[in-house]
Amino acid sequence: MSWDLLAQSLVSGLLMGLIYALVAAGLSLIFGLMDVVNFAHGEMMMLAMYAAVLIFGTLGLDPLLQLPLVCAGMFALGWGVYRGVIARALGVRFNRGMVQIFATFGLAIFIRGAAQFAFGGDFRSVSGTVLSGKTVSFLGVFVPLPQLAASIVCLLAFAGLLLVGRTEFGRALEATREDRDAVALIGIDRDRIFAMGWGLGAATVGVAGVMLISFYYVSPNVGANFALIAYVTVALGGFGSILGALVAGVVIGEVEALTAFVLEPSLKQIGMFAVYLAVLMIRPRGLFGRL
Amino acid sequence: MSVSVLDPGVAAPADNAILRRRRRELLLGALLLVPLGALPFLVSDVYTQNLIITTVLFAGLSQAWNILGGYCGQISLGHALYMGIGAYVSTMLFTRAGVPPTVGMFAAAAVAGAVALLVGWPCFRLSGHYYAIATVVVGEIGYLLFLNWEWVGAASGIYIPLGADSVVNLQFRTSKLPFHFVVLAFAAVAWVAAWLIEGSRWGFAWRAVRDDVTAARSLAVRVFPSKMAAAAISGGLTGMGGAIYAQYVGYIDPDSVLAGHWSILIALPAVLGGVGTLWGPLLGAAVLIPVSELTRSYLGGSGQGVDLMIYGGLIVVVALARPAGLVSLFGVKGRA
Amino acid sequence: MQLRSVTKTFGGVAANVDISFDVMQGEILGLIGPNGAGKTSLFNSISGEVSPDKGTIHLEGQQINGTGPLACARAGVARTFQVVRSFDSMTVLENVMVGAFSRTARPREAMRAAQDVLAFAGLDARADAPAHQLTPPEKRRLEIARALATQPRVLLLDEMLTGLTPTEAAGGVALIRAVRDKGITVVMVEHVMEVLLPLVDRAVVLNLGRVLMQGTPAEVVRNPDVIRAYLGDKYAA
Repeated sequence: MSWDLLAQSLVSGLLMGLIYALVAAGLSLIFGLMDVVNFAHGEMMMLAMYAAVLIFGTLGLDPLLQLPLVCAGMFALGWGVYRGVIARALGVRFNRGMVQIFATFGLAIFIRGAAQFAFGGDFRSVSGTVLSGKTVSFLGVFVPLPQLAASIVCLLAFAGLLLVGRTEFGRALEATREDRDAVALIGIDRDRIFAMGWGLGAATVGVAGVMLISFYYVSPNVGANFALIAYVTVALGGFGSILGALVAGVVIGEVEALTAFVLEPSLKQIGMFAVYLAVLMIRPRGLFGRL
Repeated sequence: MSVSVLDPGVAAPADNAILRRRRRELLLGALLLVPLGALPFLVSDVYTQNLIITTVLFAGLSQAWNILGGYCGQISLGHALYMGIGAYVSTMLFTRAGVPPTVGMFAAAAVAGAVALLVGWPCFRLSGHYYAIATVVVGEIGYLLFLNWEWVGAASGIYIPLGADSVVNLQFRTSKLPFHFVVLAFAAVAWVAAWLIEGSRWGFAWRAVRDDVTAARSLAVRVFPSKMAAAAISGGLTGMGGAIYAQYVGYIDPDSVLAGHWSILIALPAVLGGVGTLWGPLLGAAVLIPVSELTRSYLGGSGQGVDLMIYGGLIVVVALARPAGLVSLFGVKGRA
Repeated sequence: MQLRSVTKTFGGVAANVDISFDVMQGEILGLIGPNGAGKTSLFNSISGEVSPDKGTIHLEGQQINGTGPLACARAGVARTFQVVRSFDSMTVLENVMVGAFSRTARPREAMRAAQDVLAFAGLDARADAPAHQLTPPEKRRLEIARALATQPRVLLLDEMLTGLTPTEAAGGVALIRAVRDKGITVVMVEHVMEVLLPLVDRAVVLNLGRVLMQGTPAEVVRNPDVIRAYLGDKYAA
């Protein structure tokens, strides 16, 4: 057993886990707010990735610098998706659960098709950013800077989410989450809160997307891969719990890395799925789930 | 539904709206078999024949899904697992042991049904979204396992060697016609199963629990055993469909029967057509399969992605505009 | 049915304290008391929705407390709810069939049995109507019919006659008498004294979670503690 390789696996698992955690956080936020699982979450991240690649290609802006720009765009996208699709889905009187699932699902397919149409099916990647190609060595473990930067940014984003929770908007979000029917009585425009929640969730996943392009190939299908892991992470952490998303993300990242290390890379997803199912059997609502 | 010959002691129920509706449904179902049976004789080009066969097959698969997802309310998004298991069981039995698929498809159904029970037992205690995601995960696990399993061909899959035309072996090289009737029979079986379950004690139990679980419990309605039964029937039928599909295509690999998008293709017709209804899966398949096939053929090549945009857009539009499913256009009320 | 020392507390509030009384087979027993006396929570204990903290409930020798709503239903306890809980996606006949299916697995038998019960309850004209389209009195009959389809030994009625016109109430009383005549024991919670007291054989009076007294309607009406309990509570119905 090579301890070096094991340590390497664990570290890269942690880094990746933080990114999974952030993707999951956006999903958990939206669900906690209005009981909707956004099955287009992965595709929205994919859009952010393409946007970042394009902006880098045309304007030469480093991903780190692009963050404010792309996040603003993603916020608008989330808002727009809510107003255009989700608000209608919520208003449905019949079969609401399935309508939400399949409305966002259809949206995912639509976005994937649009990306294929606009950008073709081949893979893109970005090189030549400020950090690409550089690694840092820490206690014998080589940590590529792009991944490290990505996970640090994700951690900061989590901190940001917590800070938002303390603002007035954040408290309005929490109030709407607790009792979405009563908030109208205290002057909170529920529809606006929902739209902003979607914007925030989309912006969150946008952060993850932008940071990923430095070391992850972009293709129209990349969203689907991340999406599944995101759903598993959210369910593991418990729908509606941001903290749960963080913990579950790290767990999933580590399990994935360890499975690849102990078994073989092509089976790495089985490990996380097995862990997920095992946890759910003991705690059907996830680790921190309260909804 | 006249006097029961099995139990002369019990008086037959008086005629009422339920009995009338059930008779109508049975009649309509039987009548539908006529044009569907005649259709293949009117169509000569292979492409359309293939389209019809695929549509009818998926109508049957979706109806099988509907039993668990629509009537019982457990939305499984990983049903391709059962289709894949059915396909592999039947194919392995055929290619390795010489068991003809006409027999093998029943073995396929049995194994798939058993797996469905295994999956259902722990998963049914999960609620709503947790259950749906668990089914996706289980489906993915199945996909990954088969992808890495050398004995069943792993990623290379299994080719079904073409022998002489044979009914028993479900091989027809010269004409697709017999397959029409095979899939039609399959879809009919799935439809009848749904019809029987709809009018059974289980169907009533599931609807009661969905309407008001407290009232249902006060009437001694137990749901868990019936959920398991629904899972077994749904999984088994899906497995049988998978076996038929394998014989039709002549080649299977994890991507062609176990991948996630097959789960969606199985569930979607029922959802868009109308979950928990008899006609929903049929209507949904009749709309979705041709749309997806046609857009892919005509637009998939050059207009890369446009087919997906149309397909995805259609799903969104129908989901929002007709949440009760396309059957609501015909006044059929959903029972879900 | 025998209740002994049934006690139930909800988060610090004692809903039922040391409740003991017997229910005779084939009688109509009234369960009365001011608001908050603990009547509905006692019902919930008998029907299994709630498990008493202390005490036992026996039905025909079989212990049913704490076994859950399904076991109690199978033991022969049926109930109606204060706020009518009909299966709104189904027709009247289908609603009753759900109850009938607790005794048979065959749809034909369940349908026949349900039709018989509907005729008994006077709802057979509305058999094919969607349940949510019924008038409130009809909905209450539906609740009774559905409960009767489970062939219970005891029927618990939670404020069946409240808020009805005199004609409707008379019809309800006739139905309840008919139920008893079929051999089913009836326990009713009720506020409308004028309707209840002529109907019941005996009454148990609850106040503040305890049994105040039990006896015939005549005894109950004359009892000074009962009078004080009702008049002393400004918000009594």
